[in-house]
Amino acid sequence: MKRALWVLAVLLSHWRKHPMQLATLAIGLISATALWSGVQALNEQARNSYDRAAAAFGGARVAMLVGRDSTFPQQLFVDLRRAGWPVSPVLEGRVRIHGKSLRLLGIEPVTFPAQAGSTPTIGRADLKSFLAPPGETLIAPETLTELTAAAGAILRTDDGSVLPPLKVQAQLAPGILIVDIGRAQSLLRQPDRLSRLLIGKARGPQAPLQAIAGGSLRYVAPDTETDLERLTDSFHLNLSAFGLLSFLVGLFIVNSAIGLAFEQRMPMLRTLRACGVSSRMLNAVLLTELSALALVAGLIGLICGYLIAAALLPNVAASLQGLYGAQIPGQLILKPEWWAAGFAMSIAGTFAAAAMSLLRVIRLPVLAMAQPQAWRQAQRRWLRWQGLCAIAMFAAAAILLAAGNSLISGFAVLAAILLGAALTLPVLLGFVLQVGARSTQRPLMMWFWADSRQQLPGLSLALMALLLALAVNVGVGTMVESFSRTFATWLDGRLAADVYVNARDDAQARDIEASLRKRPEVTAILPSGRAETEIGGWPVEVLGLADHATYREHWPLLESEANAWDKVKSGDAALVSEQLARKLQLKLGDRLTIGTPGGNWPMDVAAIYADYGNPKGQVAVNIDAFRRRFPNEPKTRFGLRVAPDKIASLIDDLRQRFHLDDHHLSDQSALKAESMRIFNRTFAVTAALNTFTLGVAGIALLTSLLTLSNSRLPHLAPLWALGLTRKQLAGIELLKTMAIAFITALLALPLGLLVAWCLIAVVNVRAFGWRLPFHVFPLHLVELLGVAMLAALLAMLAPLVRLLRMPPAALIKVFANER
Amino acid sequence: MLNVQNLTKTYRSAQERITVLRGASLRVEAGESVALTGESGSGKSTLLHLIAGLDQADSGSIRLDNTEVTGLADQDRAALRRDRLGLVFQQFNLIPSLTVADNLTFQSGIAGRHDHRWQGELVERLGLGDLLKRYPEQLSGGQQQRVAIGRALAVRPPLLLADEPTGNLDEATADEVMDLARDLIKRTGCGFLMVTHSIRLAATLDRRVHLSAGLIS
Repeated sequence: MKRALWVLAVLLSHWRKHPMQLATLAIGLISATALWSGVQALNEQARNSYDRAAAAFGGARVAMLVGRDSTFPQQLFVDLRRAGWPVSPVLEGRVRIHGKSLRLLGIEPVTFPAQAGSTPTIGRADLKSFLAPPGETLIAPETLTELTAAAGAILRTDDGSVLPPLKVQAQLAPGILIVDIGRAQSLLRQPDRLSRLLIGKARGPQAPLQAIAGGSLRYVAPDTETDLERLTDSFHLNLSAFGLLSFLVGLFIVNSAIGLAFEQRMPMLRTLRACGVSSRMLNAVLLTELSALALVAGLIGLICGYLIAAALLPNVAASLQGLYGAQIPGQLILKPEWWAAGFAMSIAGTFAAAAMSLLRVIRLPVLAMAQPQAWRQAQRRWLRWQGLCAIAMFAAAAILLAAGNSLISGFAVLAAILLGAALTLPVLLGFVLQVGARSTQRPLMMWFWADSRQQLPGLSLALMALLLALAVNVGVGTMVESFSRTFATWLDGRLAADVYVNARDDAQARDIEASLRKRPEVTAILPSGRAETEIGGWPVEVLGLADHATYREHWPLLESEANAWDKVKSGDAALVSEQLARKLQLKLGDRLTIGTPGGNWPMDVAAIYADYGNPKGQVAVNIDAFRRRFPNEPKTRFGLRVAPDKIASLIDDLRQRFHLDDHHLSDQSALKAESMRIFNRTFAVTAALNTFTLGVAGIALLTSLLTLSNSRLPHLAPLWALGLTRKQLAGIELLKTMAIAFITALLALPLGLLVAWCLIAVVNVRAFGWRLPFHVFPLHLVELLGVAMLAALLAMLAPLVRLLRMPPAALIKVFANER
Repeated sequence: MLNVQNLTKTYRSAQERITVLRGASLRVEAGESVALTGESGSGKSTLLHLIAGLDQADSGSIRLDNTEVTGLADQDRAALRRDRLGLVFQQFNLIPSLTVADNLTFQSGIAGRHDHRWQGELVERLGLGDLLKRYPEQLSGGQQQRVAIGRALAVRPPLLLADEPTGNLDEATADEVMDLARDLIKRTGCGFLMVTHSIRLAATLDRRVHLSAGLIS
């Protein structure tokens, strides 16, 4: 043990003498762990919230009975219980408190099924106080803070109803209040009505549902995954992919630092062996040293990961709420598993990054270890392996592209392309430098090319990291820009009306419409309607549209038959959203059958339109035909065409006269602004991770150059001795690094465009069902090229200054025998 | 103490086979100092590496006291170097990240045979008292080689092996280092086998053997 400690102390002493190398290693490990664990913290936070929401709804994870309408009579519950059905009633509605809309759930804790998530513990925690007057209102801590209320407080709804005293339940989802079913019926003014019946485990035989409830209740099977989880899977996969990419870029730094440290320590390792340290002990101590470094850096990385997650959480929460309506609390709560997983990733990453170096030390015999030739031969062999691996990666990408159909396979295509390109880079750079060497006869230029090639192995990992970061930056930047441009045009098409009204009920809608007809500034009233249905087991929204120039001229059609709008007007044809068309493999002219209350409604596909961001499929039909087929759907929605200068005054008038809030009355510009805000926030997280990755790649280049600068002396000193000034040498060094970085950045641009195409044409289509038009933004590419060169220049600055200031004595040392 | 018999060693590369030792035999008794001379490439360093267990012979025998070195596993050869041998190289091979003091105590430390009094004596006799806190890069070649000798002798090995220990030093410094080494070797009573090109230095040792065409003469 004492012997091992001695050896460990010697190995660690290397870092004391080379703090920059230790810093490089630490930075690589910390940034890799931080970015990965930060993203995992965000995902975990979101998933916890979905679990809480699922538990509170008592919904998706338990079988239930729902009515044909939004509520049904309580008597059905009584009848079913008597018939042996283990059902438990739930009533759901919304209440407004201090202007905030909250979901109110009424439950019956005694019959609540045990398998319905964590909700039973909420009700049974203190059954008596929950049920007996004054009862309790269960509330999440976040909602309590949001309402600036304290536990035990009695709240009033905005319409004057009094809620039972508040009781905090940590496992409850935010934005939800839970009360006893009886109180809920009175608060929601729904006496003897229920929203659904949750089904527990049956203990005996039960009568058929049809015999008790007739056709008024429908059985909904339990689902292991909630709607929210399904909808947000793509979003989280996207985040995870970024986290993994950043982790890999960080590991490139670790690999580079460890490789160089091992190379520099070769003479030391040889001396240790010569002094009698066995290879077994040396390897064991090297592993211990790496583990210790991974643990310390992992801990710092986890703390940084927490801070990154905390910084990004507001944007992620806003994106998830805006896109999918998911409520994510603003405070990070991390489980012990997160810490353990972070440490595991840090250690696994360190060993993965150090594997090649460790293997080389283990395999090379003691006398050959310090011979640079042996090392170089190993490098050449490794380069050949890299080339073969790159070919295998590209082949895998091609196979996955042709045969794969899932989102995972889409990301795998992307990963294979990126990895293949990174592995090809040193081979390509070597080739370019070889061509350069052949094209010159001038001695200094010949040395320039030859020396660049010699420097390549030490720099190649950092350059790979730079290539990956730049390519992903170009790819994601191109996708987001393409999306942004398309999204803005698409919004103009979808939100063509100037004002949107959604009356509280049909009567109010009729009053509003009558009043609008008297106003000359309103040039058109465009009624619309919405209904939910299913086509091929997929949730589909049916949209009723008026036949008007507003839609004919602006609706974002991707492809259409001749006279498509005339066909739609006849009621026999529909416009189909892109994701529905892809899902059901519909083409123009195909027949589609929509289920309606009155029976099936066969329609021809007249056009396919873009419907970005909608997780559901959508069909747009003529409003008159829609109202005939869905007679019970509310007729409360319409868009208005209004003279531009009268929009604000019209909205003010309607708001005052009909007491309409933002949910019921909105102008086009506000809706567009809100949509763009959600859009920007969604991609703010992506942009932040993108910048982090580029930053990490810049650090990789800097640290590689700094570490290499020490071993550059024997290469530069002979030139200095032959008459080149230190300034000239610095100039050559700068030119060399910039040239290599420039070639790397140039290669990153087409690779980035390939990544963008992959994201747009493969990943997006598989994740969301729609495809964006592909745009190239030359200015963005030039900008990134500039950023890459700036990163290389900044990375080169410190080694350059060191060289310029190097005392002649340091250069002379190279020639001294007595070193 | 050291008995080398019929040692052979051939290096193989893709292009050729180079036979370096063709049946070399050699004896070094306890307290005896022997110079091993020969032309460049004659196999002097190879022989020393084989004796030290840094490399393995193709055939033949190396006995150090009662231990057959050629039959030892890697672990045991490491233990042999650690506990019973002192090694001094032309390139000094000090550990650059350790101070002079740490370098001196390193081998005796891992051998678990650290002797403060002996260490102090070594420091004094080698004239390293003022250099203990320095790092190898801050020392001259002669100073570095004195540290290397100190490190090798700190475990009081029965045999000290030196590969061109003065090859990087000027004549005066080489003489000074060799005087110190001889003096300390005499004090410890260990055997000493030194590879050298210098006939002048070889003449200062008890005996000289010459290696030529892979055989000792």
